[in-house]
Amino acid sequence: MLRYILHKLALIVPTVIGITIASFAFIRLLPGDPILAMAGQHGVSPERYEILREQFGFNQPIWTQYFQYVWGVLHGDFGISLSTKRPVIVDFLSLFPATIELSLFAMMLAILLGIPAGIFAAVKRGSWFDQMTMGVALTGYSMPIFWWGLLLIIFFSGYLGWTPVSGRIALSYFFRPITGFMLVDTLLYGNWPAFVSAVRHLILPAVVLGTIPLAVIARQTRSAMLEVLGEDYVRTARAKGLSPGRVVNVHALRNAMIPVVTTIGLQVGLLMAGAILTETIFSWPGIGKWMIESISKRDYVVVQSGLLLIALVVMAVNLLVDILYAVINPRIRVR
Amino acid sequence: MAMLEIKNLTVAFDTAAGLFKAVDGIDVSVDGREVLAIVGESGSGKSVAMLAVMGLLPATATVTADVMNFEGKDLLAMPANQKRAIIGKEIAMIFQEPIASLNPCFTIGFQIEEVLNQHMGLRGNAARQRAVELLQMVGITDGAERLGAFPHQMSGGQCQRVMIAMAIACDPKLLIADEPTTALDVTIQKQILDLLVSLQDRYGMALIMITHDMGVVAETADRVIVQYKGNKMEEADVLSLFENPQSNYTRALLSALPENAVGDRLPTVADFEDTDGGMSR
Amino acid sequence: MSQTTTGTEPVAPETQKLGRGAALAEFWHYFSINRGAVIGLVVCILLVLVAIFAPVLAPYSPDEQFRDALLVPPAWEDGGSLSFLLGTDPVGRDMLSRLIHGSRYSLFIGLVVVTVALSVGVTLGVLAGYFGGWVDAVIMRLMDIILAFPSLLLALVLVAILGPGLFNAMLAIALVLQPHFARLARAAVMAEKSREYVTSAKVAGAGHIRLMLITILPNCVAPLIVQATLSFSNAILEAAALGFLGMGAQPPTPEWGTMLATAREFILRAPWVVTFPGLAILITVLAINLVGDGLRDALDPKLKRS
Repeated sequence: MLRYILHKLALIVPTVIGITIASFAFIRLLPGDPILAMAGQHGVSPERYEILREQFGFNQPIWTQYFQYVWGVLHGDFGISLSTKRPVIVDFLSLFPATIELSLFAMMLAILLGIPAGIFAAVKRGSWFDQMTMGVALTGYSMPIFWWGLLLIIFFSGYLGWTPVSGRIALSYFFRPITGFMLVDTLLYGNWPAFVSAVRHLILPAVVLGTIPLAVIARQTRSAMLEVLGEDYVRTARAKGLSPGRVVNVHALRNAMIPVVTTIGLQVGLLMAGAILTETIFSWPGIGKWMIESISKRDYVVVQSGLLLIALVVMAVNLLVDILYAVINPRIRVR
Repeated sequence: MAMLEIKNLTVAFDTAAGLFKAVDGIDVSVDGREVLAIVGESGSGKSVAMLAVMGLLPATATVTADVMNFEGKDLLAMPANQKRAIIGKEIAMIFQEPIASLNPCFTIGFQIEEVLNQHMGLRGNAARQRAVELLQMVGITDGAERLGAFPHQMSGGQCQRVMIAMAIACDPKLLIADEPTTALDVTIQKQILDLLVSLQDRYGMALIMITHDMGVVAETADRVIVQYKGNKMEEADVLSLFENPQSNYTRALLSALPENAVGDRLPTVADFEDTDGGMSR
Repeated sequence: MSQTTTGTEPVAPETQKLGRGAALAEFWHYFSINRGAVIGLVVCILLVLVAIFAPVLAPYSPDEQFRDALLVPPAWEDGGSLSFLLGTDPVGRDMLSRLIHGSRYSLFIGLVVVTVALSVGVTLGVLAGYFGGWVDAVIMRLMDIILAFPSLLLALVLVAILGPGLFNAMLAIALVLQPHFARLARAAVMAEKSREYVTSAKVAGAGHIRLMLITILPNCVAPLIVQATLSFSNAILEAAALGFLGMGAQPPTPEWGTMLATAREFILRAPWVVTFPGLAILITVLAINLVGDGLRDALDPKLKRS
């Protein structure tokens, strides 16, 4: 187990170094002079140009620049945003909880619906439920989620008027963030109406962001279950006289979960991509919207560091999933 | 009346290529304390017939029989929950691939105690003690430590011993062993066979031994059914079968034993087949 | 009996051809069992026809603006007009015509992206799998790095570097998708490399390039075809997403994602300008994915029904 984790860590090291090089290279790959590119159409005075050149260290040899960059990153220095003039890490940390909250709920939705749907479809293979579920799942998997979001807004916000169109909470409420998670903070302040408002704001974005993971998890659970249900040990379980429920939900499911956990882990990267679109549609103040706005504002310091931070988060989650994979798989956990 | 009585059992599979009859009207009966061997090549339907008794066939299989009784109770007609009270308790079964037959995600202890829990209502310490005792009975002496082991940590022979322990956990009246030694090393095969026979003798079970190996038949069986392509070719007690085989196919099987080789070449079943690929009685 | 024993004439080339035909027939048998796959295939063929004959099929030019017919609803709604079946957009262009022309962009994007991603990815993967050692290590770590970034984010950043536009968007998406091909090709080559037929080809004096391209690669085709289908639909989705975010095809191009972006502010006033382009994307992607599922089931012998 320890060897397995160390092995996974060792594999990650070159990737992490590669990620830092990639994000370091980003600003320097911009066409033309990076400082002029960042300044955009307004241009920059010669004095300011020199200051920026100094600040980014562009006057030093490239490898010195890289090591200074990595040194800064290791000390939590991700640069100063050109637009907000705040340290990038401060902005990141204040926006990140919103993305986590959204992603967690999307993922919970996907797992809580996807796994049972997949199990049931596999057990009732070929039934109308199976065909319908898999049809819906493939549709979800093929969904342009930015359009899906707009469609849900048209229906639930426009036509039915059930849910708000954008934001995390009604503008009439303001909270100094404690945890940064709106659902938790409103409860900590004991403000029940605010909590309800936060939930209403969360539902549509979570549905939209959870759609593709839900489809993928349902499909993967079904195919994993189908494979496992044909295994000898499932026959043994039935030969013991166990009830069908126990055979499926204990003996088959426990084994089918191993590939499903890997699939769930792989969804995390996709979730970040989905967050960019979902947050844009619903004006959700998270990392995705922040990145898009920074790209269009040409705030390349934010883009560079955001890229690095997001990739690191994805890698960390993937590592956690690898460990979880080992924990639920006795063939790796105990040798 | 026999303990297990089957008359005119037919099992058909619904395949992409149409209906396929894996078992075509066979009769089997076993008395208590008897060892019956069912012999035949792979694909002759011998396992399928016993899986039908256990109710372990997939939904694509259609099972019909004039009679399929266990101690006078109709196995085909009884409701599923009643049948589950018999399966794993009164009738137990072990399989060809012992490692694949144990669930890789659960410990040996969990899997043995699960049966005790299901049919005997044993839980906690009582179940654990009984599991250790069962492991002792199948020749695993360090049972207490072994309870926490996973199947992948054990050899094929040990896994088959665990399967046997699970099968005899509730003192079954009938144990069905489906090619129990085929996947094992030659040296282990004998040990497992001896174990099965001694357990059968000691606890007075009936034993149905499904095999393609005439050597196994000679070593274990009282009575033999020879099966070929879904049909029963011959049924006889073991001595008369070996001394005076009635069907061509049995003769073919017997002459395919290495010790019966004539000249340089070992005869195969194909040498005894009719020109149309069939087999006359 | 006499019929079965007549196979003595020299019919080798014939049987070989027959063998391939039989394999194709078997493939079609398994593919056509899957009703969804057949429906998907029909829709795909229709889409290709629509794209090819777009100028003939579309009632108007996609850029023609009817100043007196802004935001006309679809024909079946109140205020709709039969001359604009699916209504018009905020500047009075016919939705149907734009959608029909948009199919050209989507299919073109899919085709270009898959071609680029496939050729680059397979080349890298085959090199990595065939040579192993440090070549393998370098190439695969590079792929890991690309895969460590969320694909859409990486594509966005690449477009930010290259400048917005359809061509750059396609390039970025191809780069983001190719590691999947590389990984597949590498795994397949590593599995095939140790097979006996490769050894025998090596003994017969086949060179590296011949071994890689002619001996090994054709045996890894099945998973690559499935991946190519999935990448095709992914490419369409990602390109539409980039268009939606303003980083792909630029207005007034009738690309479906770009059409959605410009229609966003009208979602509550004129839902049809939002509904139809998205529906077009969904139908296209769904059809391709249905075909992909069918291909996977038909090509994967492990899942074949007995």
